[in-house]
Amino acid sequence: MDFELSDDQEALQEVVRKLCAGAFPMATIRSLEDRGGVERDLWRRLADAGVFSLHLPESAGGAGLGSCESVLVFEELGRALVPGPLVWTHLAAGIVDGAATGELVVGGVERRGPPGRRTPLVVEHLAALDRLLVLDEAGVWEVDSAAVAGEPVQHPLDPLTPVHVAQELPGGRQVAGPDTAAAWRLEGAALTSALLVGLAGAVVDTAVSYAKERRQFERPIGSFQAVKHLLADMLVRAEVARAAVYAAGAHLDDPGIGDVHRAIAGAKLMAGDAALANGKACIQVHGGMGFTWEVDAHLYVKRARVLDTIFGPVDAQAEAMAELI
Amino acid sequence: MNLRYSESEERFRGELREWLDRVLPTVGPPPAIDDWPGRRAYDTAWQRMLFEAGFAGISWPKELGGRGASPAEQLVFLEETERAHAPYVGVNFVGLLHAGPTLIAEATSEQRSRYLSPILRGDEVWCQGFSEPGAGSDLAALRTRAVRDGDDYVVSGQKIWTSHAEVADFCELLVRTDPDAPKHRGISWLIMPMDSSGLEVRPLRTIYGSSEFSEMFLDEVRIPVANRVGAENDGWRVAMVTFSFERGTALVSELLQTMELLESLVEIARSTGTEGARPWDDAGIRRELGHLAADLDALWSLTKRNVTQASRTGVPGVGGSVFKLHYSEVRHRLGDLALRILGRASLSFDDVGGARSGDQVHGWVHAISLSIAAGTSQIQRNILGERVLGLPRER
Ligand SMILES: Cc1cc2nc3c(=O)[nH]c(=O)nc-3n(C[C@H](O)[C@H](O)[C@H](O)COP(=O)(O)OP(=O)(O)OC[C@H]3O[C@@H](n4cnc5c(N)ncnc54)[C@H](O)[C@@H]3O)c2cc1C
Repeated sequence: MDFELSDDQEALQEVVRKLCAGAFPMATIRSLEDRGGVERDLWRRLADAGVFSLHLPESAGGAGLGSCESVLVFEELGRALVPGPLVWTHLAAGIVDGAATGELVVGGVERRGPPGRRTPLVVEHLAALDRLLVLDEAGVWEVDSAAVAGEPVQHPLDPLTPVHVAQELPGGRQVAGPDTAAAWRLEGAALTSALLVGLAGAVVDTAVSYAKERRQFERPIGSFQAVKHLLADMLVRAEVARAAVYAAGAHLDDPGIGDVHRAIAGAKLMAGDAALANGKACIQVHGGMGFTWEVDAHLYVKRARVLDTIFGPVDAQAEAMAELI
Repeated sequence: MNLRYSESEERFRGELREWLDRVLPTVGPPPAIDDWPGRRAYDTAWQRMLFEAGFAGISWPKELGGRGASPAEQLVFLEETERAHAPYVGVNFVGLLHAGPTLIAEATSEQRSRYLSPILRGDEVWCQGFSEPGAGSDLAALRTRAVRDGDDYVVSGQKIWTSHAEVADFCELLVRTDPDAPKHRGISWLIMPMDSSGLEVRPLRTIYGSSEFSEMFLDEVRIPVANRVGAENDGWRVAMVTFSFERGTALVSELLQTMELLESLVEIARSTGTEGARPWDDAGIRRELGHLAADLDALWSLTKRNVTQASRTGVPGVGGSVFKLHYSEVRHRLGDLALRILGRASLSFDDVGGARSGDQVHGWVHAISLSIAAGTSQIQRNILGERVLGLPRER
């Protein structure tokens, strides 16, 4: 047992960090607000860097990596606030042609419970999608995204995650069975928790540097314990959640080491909590500036909210954990 | 990154498990909580058994009598002893988990050969005399004075909250050797024999109702200069090494017990109340239980990370403060939830609310001590803020 990143894993982390710094600096992220969050060229750059084909075998043009690695990659994407249906396109690679190469933008929704009376479905990034996947108990269904009768929401919570509301979905073509669906729910939750822990860590850095610069009462606000302790708690949440998320990746790669359902439910819960709480604390540390659109702090907590709702929100994961104790 | 235990680690597990299954039936029930001589005898007898079987000082170097095992084997040891309900480290806590490791890191070879082996054998018990009435969080303000007289220090002053003092043989003692130097630079770390003349130990009653710790009054206690660990006036640095073990690795040994406490609480939640109105039927309570399990699992994963990192540097890093802070909070939440689930059965330390309800009530009190002992949660936040995040000190 050795719970440190290997040299290769550290190198991978570094590569993705550079990719994000080059392709998705904050100025670019902010400019994507007016362009629906997804831009084809940038999407292809992610694909070219291998982000969607991490798990595909090398013979199929992939990197042949495991979940320990994909979790690290998605943590970096989360840290950089990269928008778009990253997790769905990654899951779709190998099943939907063109997903791995970035030619297609593939999104998805989860359909829970028995058919019948339902609240309307909220679909992310619909306008940018080439394909929409629907995940339910029976399997994975591919739906023509252009045929979805969805109303665009005028004021999405996360400006980088536009959403449509659809009363129902057109019938689709089944592309995978219940086993794949079950595997996707696990992997989707693990990758989403990695994005979340990336967000949770990013705001620690942002809030700490602001607390060192901003002065009140003739001293940096970070010297006040009330602020310092908020920041220390943010660090603790991020570190504890990161350990859970890395462990989830390791469990997916090697289910023999323990209960993979439990590892993933715990990771998703801890990461969701950490990202939401840290996102809010980051705004608090920024004071009134943090409440302005101009300062980036709100983008993190809003994205955290988006990600918490997919692949099992905190409450559902807590119920799942309770059954697994 | 690889969480699978290796073949040799699994072999170690098998060996340990086989031994535990064989010997545990011969170990009697633990003595009453306020029977101190009984507790010392019980805990040290267990330590002796571990020693004779080659399972003492799992992570201590081989040449110092330990097993020289990998950090992973340390975790396997915790997993297996917990699974088998083996006795807990008890009064050996200070010796095995932080005084001993400090000696390994800082002591002379004479000191190591004198003190380490009796700790491993369960022959000698240690306590920690750091805090004073006027120096708790501000430990460096300590005033217990040591004056050099020939080959001895003559030490006078008062220590407080010294856990297990009444059954200890030695004490890791912080004293002021230079009253004129800045407060962090005039401290030394000494080994004090607890049978020294001039030392008086007065038990203090804790909120458990029992006496877990004591006050110590030192009146011209003579301690040989040869008992000093580290250079004179360099004791603060040595104390930081002690803290890194105390906060970094010592607490971890409780974590799996806590997971079991949670499991037993789930059992209580499922089996008490009337059908359809059990605590378990309340989604709010169920989710809080699930949430706590996620927290404890995450702390176990964090431990794996911390332990792997520590094995590269020899001394645990500040990851210990992250662990301690979060662990204390989780214990508070667990304790509060347990009392809500128990309802009026929580009014008793004795088991009245189904299986082992008393453990839950004890756990609630224990949580209160966790956010105070070994550096309060506020102090841990200062440490993380200033030493990890690099925030400026408060003026
Ligand atoms: C069960 C138990 C066992 C113990 N065992 C031992 C032992 O074996 N050996 C030993 O030496 N000691 C032991 N202690 C003592 C323990 O280390 C101290 O109690 C602890 O360090 C706090 O010091 P204090 O009690 O003087 O509290 P204080 O320092 O007086 O603190 C009181 C309150 O003020 C807060 N505070 C203080 N300073 C600051 C600051 N700078 N910023 C923000 N808040 C602050 C604290 O967080 C706390 O809430 C034990 C304590 C307990 C509860």
